Amino acid sequence: MSDGAARTARLLDELFGAGHGVAVDAPLVRGHATLGGRDVAVIGTTDQVHIGARIALALAGHVLDVVRDTPGRPILLIVDNSGQRLSLWDELMGNNGCIAHLTKCLDLARRREHRVVGLVHELAVSGGFMATGMATEACYALPGAEVRVMAASAMSRVTGIAEERLRELFRTSPALGPGVDNFVRIGGLHGVLDGDLRARIAEALDHVDPDPDPRRRLGTERGGRTHAAEVAAMVRAGH
Amino acid sequence: MRPVRRSYDEATARGRIDGLLDAGTFREFCGPTARRSSPHLPALGLPVSFDDGVVVGEGRLDGRPVLIGSQEGGFMGGSVGEVHGAKLTGLLERGLDVEPAAVVLLLDSGGVRLQEANAGLIAMGEIQRAVFRVRAAGVPVIAAIGGRNGCYGGMSIVARSCDWIVVSEQGRLSISGPEVIEAVEGIEEFDAQDRALVWRTMGGKHRRLLGEVDALVENSIEAFRMAVIGWLEQPRPLDLAAVEAEHARLEARLRRFAECRDGLDVWRDLGVERPEEIPELDADAFNAVVASMEERDR
Repeated sequence: MSDGAARTARLLDELFGAGHGVAVDAPLVRGHATLGGRDVAVIGTTDQVHIGARIALALAGHVLDVVRDTPGRPILLIVDNSGQRLSLWDELMGNNGCIAHLTKCLDLARRREHRVVGLVHELAVSGGFMATGMATEACYALPGAEVRVMAASAMSRVTGIAEERLRELFRTSPALGPGVDNFVRIGGLHGVLDGDLRARIAEALDHVDPDPDPRRRLGTERGGRTHAAEVAAMVRAGH
Repeated sequence: MRPVRRSYDEATARGRIDGLLDAGTFREFCGPTARRSSPHLPALGLPVSFDDGVVVGEGRLDGRPVLIGSQEGGFMGGSVGEVHGAKLTGLLERGLDVEPAAVVLLLDSGGVRLQEANAGLIAMGEIQRAVFRVRAAGVPVIAAIGGRNGCYGGMSIVARSCDWIVVSEQGRLSISGPEVIEAVEGIEEFDAQDRALVWRTMGGKHRRLLGEVDALVENSIEAFRMAVIGWLEQPRPLDLAAVEAEHARLEARLRRFAECRDGLDVWRDLGVERPEEIPELDADAFNAVVASMEERDR
């Protein structure tokens, strides 16, 4: 078993205790467990996998199985990826369409009354985050996890902004800098879960936000993304 | 008299809207006079645009009410930042309130605006969720893809979350750009300078043959207009049966083309008689090939 898969297995043991029914078959994670007396479906990835077309479809298939076979059962999505897979074959097959399909399945689950909560275990990058955690109704991260769009060196190359200057900006701009704290501030993550993980996940599965997409509101409340909610409301009102 | 053909790919965001909608019916929301520009670009010493690179509003198409958004490919590659994304999200959510004949998205984007990367990425998720919500309410969302940037990054995921996609002959739709793949994985994986290869992998004709887009049209605003009109008030189902059917279709695709390394391999496998000629065909000739294949498969 790889180190990443072993860490994921330890996380699952911590969450669900010995003898749970969630298997780590790297890079995929799937199964069912109980948490606080309720059944939970667990779906996810490990080993900081790159999300290619095959992985996206495998995850989508797991989501559809849960929707079909265990209606209404909450889904915990374990997020750990290095972004979308960069390969000619995946592009040839329409990786964007496969990822869109995965998010469509997660959206379908939510509409069919499944609670869908994400948990970033180690890493979520850009299109890989959009494919998974961003398609849940609430996504949390573990302390020490990382969320980013692009590494500083690559961002410097693409934008033409010197890397040193970028790193300076990272310290003051939650809209730009990598890291879970910045994503919490802009409303892209609901929060960081520390302390009693089982209790925190159980709370997250219980918490229902009437707002169909609370991320803009959270970004405003937390001061990290102050324009999005207002601009969207203005357009929605036809002004 | 046949009207003058206006190029879609070369038009500006506003030019595309003006040409697509019934004349004089467009009313813009949150336009340049509202001056809602990016709050993040000035800190980087970069110029802003008073519409943040996207035009949104309402109008009529073939006499029917529509909401429409149009990305300006000339401003930072049509990239999605905080304000740009919020305008598209608000537009889609307005679809829940006014139930138009469609929400039409004219996409021309490299994806997330890296200068405000986190805000742009989350905005993508918000746009996409709004697409699903308005679709679930029975309002079709139609994506049109053309222009210099194609449709990449998170925007390519948004596009495939819509009901319908029309693409121009020169349109491209893919998540990762060729340059990024080459930079990370090497030129052996993808030679970004090989434009014909880029086109065979990500171009509109390959996407049409693969079943990723619903129509390919010549590069004219009128052709886009006719395609979009055909889908007004035509939502596609989004229930379990529909999503399962899509799942089966995608799984079959990955199995069938597992050994393909080039668009030509895929087209040959699909039964295109002279795949090497596909890139040279104009839209009419290409669509005749597609029609004959669909006829054969029925």
